[in-house]
Amino acid sequence: MNLTAVWAIYKFEMQRFFRTLLQSFLSPVLSTSLYFVVFGAAIGSRIQEVEGVSYGAFIVPGLVMLSVITQAISNASFGIYFPKFTGTIYELLSAPVNFLEIVMGYVGAAATKALFIGIVILLTATFFIDLQVAHPVAMVVFLLLTCLSFALLGFIIGIWAGNFEQLQLVPLLIVTPLIFLGGSFYSISMLPPVWQTVTLFNPVVYLISGFRWSFFGLADVPIGWSLLAIAGFTALCIAVIWWIFKTGWRIRS
Amino acid sequence: MSAILSIRDLRKTYDGGFEALKGVTLDIEKGEILALLGPNGAGKTTLISMVCGITTISDGQVTVDGHDIQAEFRAARSLIGLVPQEIALQPFETVLNTVRFSRGLFGKSRDDAHIERVLRKLSLWDKKDTQITALSGGMKRRVLIAKALSHEPRVLFLDEPTAGVDVELRRDMWGMVADLKADGVTIILTTHYIEEAEAIADRVGVINKGELLLVQDKDTLMAQMGKKQIEVQLAETLNAIPPVLSDFGLRLGAGGNSLIYTYDTKGERTGITGLLNAVSNAGLTLRDVQTRQSSLEDIFVDLVAGGTA
Repeated sequence: MNLTAVWAIYKFEMQRFFRTLLQSFLSPVLSTSLYFVVFGAAIGSRIQEVEGVSYGAFIVPGLVMLSVITQAISNASFGIYFPKFTGTIYELLSAPVNFLEIVMGYVGAAATKALFIGIVILLTATFFIDLQVAHPVAMVVFLLLTCLSFALLGFIIGIWAGNFEQLQLVPLLIVTPLIFLGGSFYSISMLPPVWQTVTLFNPVVYLISGFRWSFFGLADVPIGWSLLAIAGFTALCIAVIWWIFKTGWRIRS
Repeated sequence: MSAILSIRDLRKTYDGGFEALKGVTLDIEKGEILALLGPNGAGKTTLISMVCGITTISDGQVTVDGHDIQAEFRAARSLIGLVPQEIALQPFETVLNTVRFSRGLFGKSRDDAHIERVLRKLSLWDKKDTQITALSGGMKRRVLIAKALSHEPRVLFLDEPTAGVDVELRRDMWGMVADLKADGVTIILTTHYIEEAEAIADRVGVINKGELLLVQDKDTLMAQMGKKQIEVQLAETLNAIPPVLSDFGLRLGAGGNSLIYTYDTKGERTGITGLLNAVSNAGLTLRDVQTRQSSLEDIFVDLVAGGTA
């Protein structure tokens, strides 16, 4: 294992993040505050409580997931797409590193950035509501796995993308709708029965439900299912990336 | 001397069936400088890309210092440095960061003294904190070289290193290549500039249409294939070669007042004395005599055109 190389990639990617630290820090704080103002104060005043939890607190796990997933995907996809775009990928391909080390470097950095944003949002939330965490270990595991698995997905998107438009396509057309319809801002028990069934095909439902369970002990789907979903998704992404490097798809001619 | 890079029957066929490389076999000795010449699309970059791991191998085998580039890719690749043809750099990074990154990527522990040496040698030290995007084209090319040298390679590939650079940088680069050779680094460079191969290479390989037409010691090549010409300028103007000179295979120069004689430098008898005597006997008056040696470029053009291959 060429850990020096993993560290080199990781550090290089993180430096990019730290160069724009203010931006990286301010935008999640601002967007979270806006969500709290709009959903927590305006709408929340009419909803009051969801299953015994104040609406302001109820949306926190969903808000964190929304940002973490978006950030993990965009950081990882950009991280690997940019070397492809500038041509510097020649160096990665000619270096004494295997696919796992490249992935560890890029995905590790993207996941770290997403985690950082997630923590910033959680801290911001404490200014608006009284946040309790019922299962702290589960909360950390869910957060880490989400950062990791969606960074893996972002990596795949970055390899697949042939231009900057395609880089935005999957997050915009697929991921954002899935997150919004995944119960970020509502409990799926609030939906009509038919839509409750349909929504179970949305993988993000399992993530948000599990994550919310770690805070309040209440979930839309059994916690086992949530863990299985996130673990399965991570495994699937790793398998796809392994195949990409084995065949050289879109990277080696 | 032993081969540090050994290429056996290397082939590349693309999905569409295009054969970019048709079975190249080549041994490169430790510490030598090999220049690969060939027109655009000849397969030079394909060959380099396959050795470096950027392009997949269709068939054949390559070893670097005894390490197979596929089975033992770590050992093989850590010995190789590559300076690509196209300028490919992350625009918003600083020079120092970019070069440090390369060293780390190749698994070498941080060595600020080495990086400083490399940057100073390439006149980049003053620019170490400058963003790549603010550098000139020539400077960017130097950064690419610094990246390749950052991890102390034993084999260095320079893919058209002086394409589009000014004379000063070209001279600098030739000097740097000589220094690297003195340190025992093996260098393989591709170039369009024949004078570059002539100036710095020990051996010259000519590639065309995916085939290695020839690999030879540069001086031997020049001596073997180099032809010399003598142009005998006359006081008189001729309409045709005088019959007494017909045995020499002469050509009448433009304007009719010179005779051009081509001879082989490897021949034991060049026939120059005989020619000059014959010219004198024919009653012609010599005004001047000039000789000209054919360059590597002439040899190259001949080979690629299929003339002497």
